[in-house]
Amino acid sequence: MSGAEFVPLSLTPLLIGIFAAVACALPGNFLLLRRQALIGDAISHVVLPGIVVAFLLTGAIAAGPMLLGAAGAAVTAVILIEAVRRLGRIEPGAAMGVIFTTMFAGGVLLLEQTDTSTVHLDVEHALYGNLESLIWLDATGWSSLWDLEALRYLPPELPRMALTLLGVAAFIALFWRALKISTFDEGFARTLGIRTDLLGLALVIMAAIAAVAAFDAVGSIIVIAMFICPPAAARMMTNRLEAQIGWSVVFATLSAVLGYVLAGYGPLWLGAADAVSAAGMIATVSGVILAIAARFGPCRHRAGAPAGV
Amino acid sequence: MLLDALLLQLGYNATLVSVGAALLGGAAGISGTFLFLRKRALVSDAVSHATLPGVGLAFLVMVFLGGDGRNLAGLLFGSAVSAGIGLLCMNWLTRNTRLAEDAAIGAVLSVFFGFGIVLLTVIQTLGVGRQAGLEGFLLGSTAGMLLSDAMIIAGGSALALMVIILMRRPMMLVAFDPEYAAARGLPVHHIDMLMMGLVMAVTVVGLKIVGLILIVALLIIPAVTARFWTERSDRVVVIAGLAGGASAYLGAAISASAPNLPTGPIIVLVSFLLFALSLLFAPNRGVLAAVLRHQRFQRRVHLRQGLLALAQGQPIYEPLTLRLLRRAGLVRADGVATDKGRARAAKALRDEKRWELVRSDLAHEAAAALYDGLREIETVLTPDQIRDIDCRIGGPQEVPA
Repeated sequence: MSGAEFVPLSLTPLLIGIFAAVACALPGNFLLLRRQALIGDAISHVVLPGIVVAFLLTGAIAAGPMLLGAAGAAVTAVILIEAVRRLGRIEPGAAMGVIFTTMFAGGVLLLEQTDTSTVHLDVEHALYGNLESLIWLDATGWSSLWDLEALRYLPPELPRMALTLLGVAAFIALFWRALKISTFDEGFARTLGIRTDLLGLALVIMAAIAAVAAFDAVGSIIVIAMFICPPAAARMMTNRLEAQIGWSVVFATLSAVLGYVLAGYGPLWLGAADAVSAAGMIATVSGVILAIAARFGPCRHRAGAPAGV
Repeated sequence: MLLDALLLQLGYNATLVSVGAALLGGAAGISGTFLFLRKRALVSDAVSHATLPGVGLAFLVMVFLGGDGRNLAGLLFGSAVSAGIGLLCMNWLTRNTRLAEDAAIGAVLSVFFGFGIVLLTVIQTLGVGRQAGLEGFLLGSTAGMLLSDAMIIAGGSALALMVIILMRRPMMLVAFDPEYAAARGLPVHHIDMLMMGLVMAVTVVGLKIVGLILIVALLIIPAVTARFWTERSDRVVVIAGLAGGASAYLGAAISASAPNLPTGPIIVLVSFLLFALSLLFAPNRGVLAAVLRHQRFQRRVHLRQGLLALAQGQPIYEPLTLRLLRRAGLVRADGVATDKGRARAAKALRDEKRWELVRSDLAHEAAAALYDGLREIETVLTPDQIRDIDCRIGGPQEVPA
């Protein structure tokens, strides 16, 4: 394929997909080890009411308010879950189930009650995003990458997602030691003077930021899949946290690239006319990777479990 | 309008939806209870999302066989098969790999759902058309419900209820204490699978009314609601069934009474309302009850400390203590004890001395264990025993002339 076709139509969605996948997979590693893997699921559900409320308040589809609304909803959900868990003495899983389904239902109801026929805002869009439409029409080929005039018309999701990825990576690099210790041995971390509660909250907020930014670009289904599948597959490959994060980045990138290519070109190879959902395909590919890792990964068994069980 | 809907006077379709929803809500509440007590509530999330590829595949198969792709029985069968596969995948991941259950839930949920979305877009692009009904499975759609659909829902719910009635004792045992159940020789793994199978059945049956994203709420919220009201497992099951059925019925009626009120979300919000009311106002476990309990305790402590201070002639500065003593008529407005107050204070001090003896005497060990600084000694010891202790205390000593 020539650059003239690839750069405007495929380069930006591909890059956005990769950035989103990696930005979610990085905090996903810690969430997985802390048994909080389903936070990503909860956040991606409650983002919907946040976006709808932001739309109702501003009356327009603009990135800034929507991101704020989504982040606000995510924080509200975390607080509510904690409140229900403590006040009602309910196990965390059930508390989460109560809150995120209710907030999602509220979002759907608000959406049905408002007239959104003039704007592009519906539940389907929120679920599978619109990766394919994030094209860069002003590019004419590889040379456009150095053309400032064309670069000005890059889809805004690309720099936003890149910034988010940088932010998440910086957070993890900055707090690496504290995160690692508190993930594996919270009691020991506290004796060292690490504020584990604040750190845990910061991690969840970081995950929420990644989820919200990725959600805006690629829909909630990739967010859930990328929080869990690449870190889970990486967990089967190694016993070292550094290596696990490396593997998860590789798996996330691989899912994004393979998924995008299969969704965009796979049906054409099979003789069909149109592409299928890239978001769905990326999630599917990450699942296939996880399945392979779970079957053949060198560290797939629990430590201490008898072999062959 | 709402009253009409509640009394099933809004026409054929609304009646079908209300009755179907109530049955479904009851079955979901009851089977969700076992899941909740087993602390595996979010498994239902994985099961419900895993139905989507089955819906898509069943549609494709039925269209290729030349039938109507929207046949509800066929779609539900497909969704049951794929939910079952999802369940098996999840179980395999937790049993055979190092992944914890939450990660397995998330993995199955996202991957199956993603694959389902791919299939939905395939259906769209194949141009078979007539696929509009499939998106309805995401959030539920009751607009075009037929009698045959309602019969499937009613039949499925009734079947689930019957299985639960037959298997309630082993399922409850496993939910509470799987190790004990295993020691009793029960096949814990199979019973777990049966529980999941019930959840799967309810999910599949509920796809049409509330949709796969919100059915999770019907499985979790009524059970959590019921838990506030009782400490007995059989009552939790019954209350959860009632709460689920009532909120589904109410929700369906409200949504039929006005336009633009989608059934699924309304049902979820009604059941959340029940949950919130229970969280606040339930006796014993509710927030209000806890606040009242705390206040009552606080007052008793203040009163007791105030009386001891009076007895020893110490000044009281604490405003709450003073207010409580005044309100009980034990001190005057200027902080001087009344006759009644002096009597009560003397009794409090004497009780304190009695407790001191009781606690130092090994013969009263059992009674001494009940000491918490507030308990009246008369509720623990008999009058004879108290008299005995009083003898040991003796009369007033070193009385100034």
